[in-house]
Amino acid sequence: MSNLTQSSAIEKALSNQVRPKKASPLSACLTFSGRMLLKIKYVPEQLFDITAFPVIYLLMFTYLFGGAIAGSTAAYLQFVLPGILVLTVVMITMYTGIELNNDIKKGIFDRFRTLPIWNPAVLVGALLVDLVRYLIASTIMLVLGYTLGFRADGGFSGLVLGIAILLLFAFSVSWIWTTLSMIMRSEKSLLGVSMMILFPTTFVSNVFVAPETMPSWLEAFVEVNPITLLVRAVRGFMEGAPDYQAVMWVCLISLGLIIIFGPLTMYLYKRK
Amino acid sequence: MKEPKQEQWAIETTGLKKYFGNNRAVDGVELKVKKGTIYGVLGPNGAGKTTTIRMLTTLLKPDGGSAKVLGYDIIDDAHQVRQRISLTGQFASLDEDLSGMENMVMIGRLFGFSRRDAKKRAEELLTAFDLFDAAKRQVKNYSGGMRRRLDIAASIIVSPELLFLDEPTTGLDPRSRNQVWDIIRLLVKAGTTVLLTTQYLDEADQLADRIAVIDHGKVIAEGTSGELKASIGTGKLHVRVLDPEMRGQAAEVLEQTIQTEVQLGTDPLVLTAQVSDTTLVSKALLAFEDANIPITDFSLGQPSLDEVFLTLTGRPTDDQATEEVAK
Ligand SMILES: Nc1ncnc2c1ncn2[C@@H]1O[C@H](COP(=O)(O)OP(=O)(O)O)[C@@H](O)[C@H]1O
Ligand SMILES: [Mg+2]
Repeated sequence: MSNLTQSSAIEKALSNQVRPKKASPLSACLTFSGRMLLKIKYVPEQLFDITAFPVIYLLMFTYLFGGAIAGSTAAYLQFVLPGILVLTVVMITMYTGIELNNDIKKGIFDRFRTLPIWNPAVLVGALLVDLVRYLIASTIMLVLGYTLGFRADGGFSGLVLGIAILLLFAFSVSWIWTTLSMIMRSEKSLLGVSMMILFPTTFVSNVFVAPETMPSWLEAFVEVNPITLLVRAVRGFMEGAPDYQAVMWVCLISLGLIIIFGPLTMYLYKRK
Repeated sequence: MKEPKQEQWAIETTGLKKYFGNNRAVDGVELKVKKGTIYGVLGPNGAGKTTTIRMLTTLLKPDGGSAKVLGYDIIDDAHQVRQRISLTGQFASLDEDLSGMENMVMIGRLFGFSRRDAKKRAEELLTAFDLFDAAKRQVKNYSGGMRRRLDIAASIIVSPELLFLDEPTTGLDPRSRNQVWDIIRLLVKAGTTVLLTTQYLDEADQLADRIAVIDHGKVIAEGTSGELKASIGTGKLHVRVLDPEMRGQAAEVLEQTIQTEVQLGTDPLVLTAQVSDTTLVSKALLAFEDANIPITDFSLGQPSLDEVFLTLTGRPTDDQATEEVAK
């Protein structure tokens, strides 16, 4: 840069005082999505969880419980697949928080924070890419399910609607993890708390067995567990007998989660 | 909406404070930075430089005091401030996993450029900053100097009115350091105001129009580098005799006139002395003439900023202290 051409190139670049119109929230979101996709391009291993979990969970639970609970694995698969699909995707959402917890410590976030953009775009953009990850996980599980003999009576549209409501819920639940990731200092404590919330809510539900078989005090909890409602909604769509009441509840709960945890995340993000 | 204001001050702070628990990181900082100038904030590690910058760039809320950046309040008009400033942080504000080009295009897009324009601007800046050949490499594989240049390039995708540079040359080799200095000078020539922090006294001396020396969260001195040196009131007198045989005699004469201790340099012809009263210096020259001692050099140097710092704080800068321990 001690030479003249370099200096004049810099001067020319500096004289270019173009000031574009502020990026729209949508374009900011998509730019942040693009950033996450580039990261996947450089480190494809991060897709391991979404490929391995569906396969492991589906095989494990179908063959572990199938004989005992439903008498045959084929009949159990038909019952349990929508539930395991829910369990898997909801479990994967936990990584949203962990990744954010790592990401936000990096210097680039100082730059993001001083840019004149719609602030939530940083997170919404990342969560949109997560939806793609959930979609891949769902597809892998359904393809494996079909080769094992699962058939959706609700047909293709039932599958699409089932996955759609699942993704809506996963997106909403992610805001809990983003909130926690703003509060928790270390990845370990974040993982601990997330597990503590996820394990009881996913297992103490109707994923593996029908609630009617449970003691009444447990059944009472299971009936109000949002995961139960979600599984009902997904199962309904896939079986071709939509449970609209469950669908409505899931939509309301999802909306509630976004309304509470979205602004809370942003409040904590700005203060950090 | 407030009317855009025509102000001569790019930054004006009053009693800016930030405490971390009992640690008074920034404890009433007063700064006035004129538009179009380079302002240096000089201080040792932990003095509160980064914390001050983080408040001025709206990343951190102050615990007390107030600040205006380009006429806008950093709390009430944070968004207005963000539209006009840019920050190159102490630790690279870049995405290590992405390539140089991907970083530049991403930030360009966030500023509102279309994909095509963002790419064009990125190419223009990467070329100017001598980074075009490395554009496709991941930033984590860049050298310190390349990272700094990319960081600054990213900060001026849309030319900011005010650029904050937090220790822009710490850890760089002399060549990269000079490159960064050249870039900073060109930026100011193009009309940008620059506030930079540094631990290097010569960096502030070389670049800054005005300097604030801060220590323990407080401004302990402020002025041009010349003013700072003058306020210390001392300088180093440098005398060179013609005949090495006469140095002893010259030392005696000098000691008598200026009434301070005279040091004999390693060069057998050289004498030096720290003078506090400059009026005595001219008397020394006459005394040499009276004593018939031929002199080939007689000069009063300004104190270095290291000396300024030592006088102001009563202790050497941390850099020097660690160097001395290492010796
Ligand atoms: N986030 C933080 N939490 C607690 N203490 C901090 C934090 N940031 C800085 N400090 C403390 O504030 C003081 C000033 O730090 P800093 O502004 O980084 O100094 P400098 O940039 O001049 O080296 C130091 O004592 C540092 O330990
Ligand atoms: Mg610092």
